[in-house]
Amino acid sequence: MSRPSPSRNPFIPLAVIALVVAGSAAAFAYTAGWLSPQRLTPTKVVAALAPPGGPALGHRRNHAKGICFTGEFQSNGNGAALSTAQVFTPGTYPVLGRFNLATPNPNAADATVRVRGMGLQITTPDGDVWRSAMIDAPVFAVSTPQAFYELLQSAPKGAEAMKAFIGRHPEFTAFAGWAGTAPWTSSYAEDPFNGLNSFLFTDSAGTSRAVRWSLRPEATPVPIAPDELAKRGPNYLEQEIAQRVAGAPQRWTMVVTVAEPGDNTADPSKAWPQGRRTVEVGTLVVKQVEAEANGPCRDINFDPAILPRGIRVSDDPFPAARSAAYARSYDQRTAESKYYPRTPVTGGAKP
Amino acid sequence: MTRTRFTGVQRLIHWTMAVGIVAMLFIGVGMISTIAPDYVPLITLHRTLGAALFLLVLVRICVRLFQGAPPLPASLPPVMRLGAKLSHWALYGLMIVMPLLGWGMMSAAAYPVVLFGGIRLPPILPQSDALHTLLWAAHRWLAFAFFALILLHLAAALFHALVRRDGVFEAMAPLPRRDNEAA
Repeated sequence: MSRPSPSRNPFIPLAVIALVVAGSAAAFAYTAGWLSPQRLTPTKVVAALAPPGGPALGHRRNHAKGICFTGEFQSNGNGAALSTAQVFTPGTYPVLGRFNLATPNPNAADATVRVRGMGLQITTPDGDVWRSAMIDAPVFAVSTPQAFYELLQSAPKGAEAMKAFIGRHPEFTAFAGWAGTAPWTSSYAEDPFNGLNSFLFTDSAGTSRAVRWSLRPEATPVPIAPDELAKRGPNYLEQEIAQRVAGAPQRWTMVVTVAEPGDNTADPSKAWPQGRRTVEVGTLVVKQVEAEANGPCRDINFDPAILPRGIRVSDDPFPAARSAAYARSYDQRTAESKYYPRTPVTGGAKP
Repeated sequence: MTRTRFTGVQRLIHWTMAVGIVAMLFIGVGMISTIAPDYVPLITLHRTLGAALFLLVLVRICVRLFQGAPPLPASLPPVMRLGAKLSHWALYGLMIVMPLLGWGMMSAAAYPVVLFGGIRLPPILPQSDALHTLLWAAHRWLAFAFFALILLHLAAALFHALVRRDGVFEAMAPLPRRDNEAA
C-alpha cells in the first residue's frame, strides 16, 4: 500500500471531489423541485384549496364535510367480462364509504355547496382494495390538473378573474351549465355519483378497455330549490341520510361505460357520446350511517389510484394528481387530529 | 494472509444497493413533489425497490458476518478510522430502518402496500394518526440524512482514491485495480 505522496498537488483531486459532491446535491435538489418554483406540487394544490381563513385543521382539505357509511357491494358478475378484478365476480363484498360536500369547510351549510360526493372502498377476499371518490356532477369542471389549480386561484378573485379563466378554459362551461341548471335534491340517497375519470379495465384475455363508472340511485330524485333546502337546516343532509338508512338500506346501481376508439379518455370534462356500451355490474347497498368523528371512514384516504388487480389508471392525468394531493391532505390532517376530537362533545350536533 | 479487498459477492451487493438506494432517494423526493402522471408508477416503483433493498440488506449483513471486511490501512489517522466506523454503522442502520419506516407509515395510514406485479404486503401496524405522522416524519428526515451521509461516503471514497491512495477505495471498487498505476 502506498503512502500519500507529498509531491502531488492535492488541489485538483479535492476540486474533483467537491465538484462530484456539489453536482450530486444539485441533481437531488432539482429532482426535489427546490430549483423549480413553478412546478405544481401536491403542497401547492392542497394549499390552494384552503379558504381565506386557512384550512380546517384535522379535516380533509376538500370535501371536508361528510358522514360515514358501511354496507356491501353485490356484484352480479357482469363486470367479469371487462375486468379480472375479484370485485366483479358474483358475490357480496364489504363496503366502507363517505357521503360528502365539496367544500373545504366542515361546517358549511348544506344549501351553500353545489357539488356532492361519495368516497367508496370495496374490499375483496383476495386482499385487493378498490377506492374511489366520485361526485354528482356529470362532467368534471376542467380538463387538466393545471387548469384545476388555476380555477382554485381564480375563483376567490371575483367575476373578472373567472371570466378570464373561462376564456382560457372554455371546457368549464359544461360544468357551469350543470351547476346552474341541474335540480338539487334533499337527499344523498337521490343523487348519482360519477367517477368521471377514465380507468383501464383488463379482462382475462389481457384486453384493456378504457371505462368510466357511475352509481345511479334507486331512489327517485325529488327536486328541491336551494332556498327550501336551506330552511331545513344546515346539516339536513346528514340527518336525513342517517334516518333514511336506519329505516331501510339505500341502493345504487354501478354502471360501467366503455369507451370506443377515438373517445377522449384523458379529459374528464368531456362526456363520451351517447350510445356507448354500458354494463350494470352490481348494486351498492348502504346499510349503516355513522358520524365521521369516530366513524370508520375517517381514517381512510379515498385515493382514486388505489385499485384492485384488473383496474389500472389510464391516460387521464387526474387520478395521479388526485392521489398525490389526497396523500398530502391525509398527511396534514392526521398530524392535526387533536384539532378534530374523535369523541364528539355530548350534545354537539355536528363536529 | 489478510485480504485487501471485499469479496466479489460483497462488491456486487454493495454496488447493486448503491444504485438502488440512490435511485430510491431520487424517486422519493421526486414523487412527493409532483402531481404529474408519473406519480403513480413512481410510488409503485419506490415501494417495490424498497422491499427489494430490504431483502438485499439482510443478505448483505449475513454475508458481512461470514466474510468480514479487509482491515483499514494502518496509516489511517484515528479520527478517520472512527469516522469510517460510525458512518458505516449509520449507513447499515438506515438501510434497515428506511424500508421498515416506509412500510410502517403506509400501514399506519391504512394504505394497501401494493408492489409491481400486484404483490401485496400485509400491514405491519394498525391505522394510527400519531404513528403515521411520526413514521412519515422519520422516513422523510432520515431520507435527507441518508443522502447527506451518502455524499459524505462518496467524498471519503474519492478522498481515499484520489488523495490518500491507500487502497481503501480499491477494496470496494467494482473492477480489479490496475497495479502501480500511480507512481
